[in-house]
Amino acid sequence: MRESDGVIPAHRARFPGSKTVTDTKTRKYQVIGTRPIRHDGVDKVTGRARYGADIHLPGTLYGKVLRSPHAHARIRSIDTSKAEALPGVKAVATAKDQPALADKIADLGEAVMNLRDLATNVLAVGKVLYHGHAVAAVAATSLEIAEEAIALIEVDYEVLPPVLSVEAAMQPDAPLLHPTLTTRSLGQQSETPSNIASHSKIKKGDVDAGFSQSAVIVEREFKTSPVHQGYIEPHTVTAQWSEDGSLTLWLSTQGAFSVRDQIAELLKIPVSQIRVVPLEIGGGFGGKIQVYLEPVAAVLAKKAGRPVKMTMTRAEVFMGTGPTSGSTIRLKMGASQDGRLMAAQAYLAYEAGAYPGSPVGAGSMCMLAPYNIENVQIDAYDVVVNKPKAAAYRAPGATNAAFASESVIDEICERLEMDPLEFRLKNGAKEGDRRADGPVFPRIGYLETLEAAKAHPHYSAPLTRSDDSDGRKYGRGVASGFWMNYGGQSTAYASVNSDGTINLVEGSTDIGGTRASSAMQCAETLGLASEDVKPVVADTGSIGYTEVTGGSRTTFATGWACFEAAQDVKRQMTERAARLLKISPDDLDLAGGVFTSKKDSEKSIGFKEVAARLGETGGPVVGRATVQPKGVGVAFATHVVDVAVDPETGKTDILRYTAVQDVGRAIHPSYVEGQMQGGVAQGVGWALNEEYYYDDGGRLLNASFLDYRMPTCLDLPMIDTVIVEVPNPGHPFGVRGVGEVPIVPPPAAIANAIYHAIGTRMNVLPMSPREVLEATGQLD
Amino acid sequence: MKTHVQARINGEEVEFLCEPSQSLLEVLRDVLGLTGAKEGCNNGNCGACNVILDGRLVNSCLVLGVETQGSEIATVEGMAADGRLHPLQQRFLEEAALQCGICTPGFLVSARALLDVHPHPTEQQARQWLAGNLCRCTGYDKIVRAVIGTADGGR
Repeated sequence: MRESDGVIPAHRARFPGSKTVTDTKTRKYQVIGTRPIRHDGVDKVTGRARYGADIHLPGTLYGKVLRSPHAHARIRSIDTSKAEALPGVKAVATAKDQPALADKIADLGEAVMNLRDLATNVLAVGKVLYHGHAVAAVAATSLEIAEEAIALIEVDYEVLPPVLSVEAAMQPDAPLLHPTLTTRSLGQQSETPSNIASHSKIKKGDVDAGFSQSAVIVEREFKTSPVHQGYIEPHTVTAQWSEDGSLTLWLSTQGAFSVRDQIAELLKIPVSQIRVVPLEIGGGFGGKIQVYLEPVAAVLAKKAGRPVKMTMTRAEVFMGTGPTSGSTIRLKMGASQDGRLMAAQAYLAYEAGAYPGSPVGAGSMCMLAPYNIENVQIDAYDVVVNKPKAAAYRAPGATNAAFASESVIDEICERLEMDPLEFRLKNGAKEGDRRADGPVFPRIGYLETLEAAKAHPHYSAPLTRSDDSDGRKYGRGVASGFWMNYGGQSTAYASVNSDGTINLVEGSTDIGGTRASSAMQCAETLGLASEDVKPVVADTGSIGYTEVTGGSRTTFATGWACFEAAQDVKRQMTERAARLLKISPDDLDLAGGVFTSKKDSEKSIGFKEVAARLGETGGPVVGRATVQPKGVGVAFATHVVDVAVDPETGKTDILRYTAVQDVGRAIHPSYVEGQMQGGVAQGVGWALNEEYYYDDGGRLLNASFLDYRMPTCLDLPMIDTVIVEVPNPGHPFGVRGVGEVPIVPPPAAIANAIYHAIGTRMNVLPMSPREVLEATGQLD
Repeated sequence: MKTHVQARINGEEVEFLCEPSQSLLEVLRDVLGLTGAKEGCNNGNCGACNVILDGRLVNSCLVLGVETQGSEIATVEGMAADGRLHPLQQRFLEEAALQCGICTPGFLVSARALLDVHPHPTEQQARQWLAGNLCRCTGYDKIVRAVIGTADGGR
């Protein structure tokens, strides 16, 4: 690969000072940075695209899960006999139909889970640990019969007191969810059973010394509730066994290979006997990686000898999948009089839900990453409670933490009378700085996002409207955010068609336009148009191992695999062209779809012609690549938001929102903008309305879209986006993952805006009308 | 005992058998194989199942199949015609107004119904009309732009 090809070999990338790599005068991309129509677009706007629930096999039975009505209870007995006797019921399953498992950690993209916990979450063993925990399942000839059948299953419960907050869970006499769970604290496993699964610590310098040098110290406590990813498409799977002992699953998932690995472990069958066919997916955001229905459908299908289809209702999605953690965070930060951060001390306790494994570790790593602080101590606790096991949700753990840190920094800025963007510029991290948790930053673009926010017309626009007689209070807030992003393994194959187009096969399910970004990186490399590359998302039997669509990794890593596969095609096609021209391949350049001899420009042949004549020159040309890239680019964002708060009702309206983000390189700017806007919208919901609302018995009361209140288009204005490109030196095109960081700043930015509107600091999420009225002392 | 129903879907005569308890959404998806309408919540809160029934925008999960005897139903599958996309569909693609696409059929049907009533909606009118369609991916910005842009471009 040569510099003249238009890409920078990652291992040779070195960029001095603050100069950006992509000087547009020297770096010209033909496809990257344009906005072609996505390749799967027509199918999706016509209703032809097949999502998980759109498949129907002959002879399909319908599966239904029986779920616990209690938040915490021992299962004394389960009697399925009446269900089994109901005409139309073909199979019934409980945990005893699943193999017993030993302790083993499963890698679930941006979450980890003990496989035994994963199995007992799928079907409860001995105890139920949350309202909605799956206890048994049936498969029947119609959904109606299946629903009738589960109502006939008799479960004898011994109800136990539920634990519903980290505070309650951490009391020494708290009811224990798992009698054998002890705390892993700073590398040592304790002997005492506890609801605290782990304690980890990040420490740098001496926080006491730092505070003693601080002119301003702010110390606050924050609380957040679990919130759900809110994907519009419920979980769904169809399972079918063949007489040769192999299992096929058709489903919507963020990771076909992850599902295959999980099923292999849970059902104790070889991966080679499982084929996972990912259909189109209606949203995931981290919540469609861990299995819930899949093992159950497989067990029922095996027992019944027929395919079984299972789809969750919306209520089951809320009750039976994985929201992200509620949390309690205490944060103390100190700054010098001239605005330098001197010390930060944090306590993070996150609700893992029913089993260990909250994203508190990631939260603690991200919380202060945008800043240079000499003295840091963060204690992070992973705590089990009687709520659904937390699953990954877009930058898991970071939003909770940023709500605290970005609010405290705003308060420090106010006390110092410093502009919040200036303060962040003064303390902001850049290349060469070391994060509190260890890694040294390579080339990053945090400061650039601050400069861009400062320069944006939004930041200097007048706040109050000319007519502010409506009684509302107006305020503007800013916040920054960080997410580390993920690399991971991807595979791509690129076959040359006889008409000079490329069949591009990869294994990343397409949630937000990544088929297009993969095809565009391949097209750019070969000098083809975007529409001349035909991307296909393949099943586990048709493509090499590929990790989940998550961690903001797909355009980065799968795109890289597509780039490398295209390079392989280029090498082979160059040889074929050389053979046809009877010259050496070293003499040939490929540009604009034509191979031309460097020595004699008359000697040339088009890529398409070479493609049409592959049979003459040696047969098919297929490029292939596998990657596990190291050069992951981290992501920074800075957001500005204007709000109007009605002091009588406590309602907050978002008037204007500007999201600035360093994306490295925007392959398809429209879909990069889309990620930013979507993350903002979820952040707005998290900030203002969304929460898991429980009664004292631990029953979830708002398991519907009516009462779990996500933003509608009436709740949001247009969301302005500013794409900053500080290319990631670790990627051939400079890509940084973009999908996750945009959800990190909004709750804090909005909290800060509300403060500047009404003069009250909000420290609870969501900042619903009730919370605002309570915080301003207007309730009782 | 199933009921025999005759209706017109996307301009074509259809007949089907369904249980009285089955919703129009189930009929479309499971009986007629028209899977464009999606189930997001099954209780009228997300709009992913929207269809136009006798000229009226409805959640098909809240309509019984047996209620549609003699009715005219328009689904997303009927929007493209003669091998060409409806202007709304084309605009959605150009504006990148979809990410996962699961809400897109519902939005397209709702937007079509909107433009039938308000050929040139303001942003506020469009947002009010479309507030019954939930999207979790896009933040609605590009969807609203696409709908208003289609209106400005004529139908």
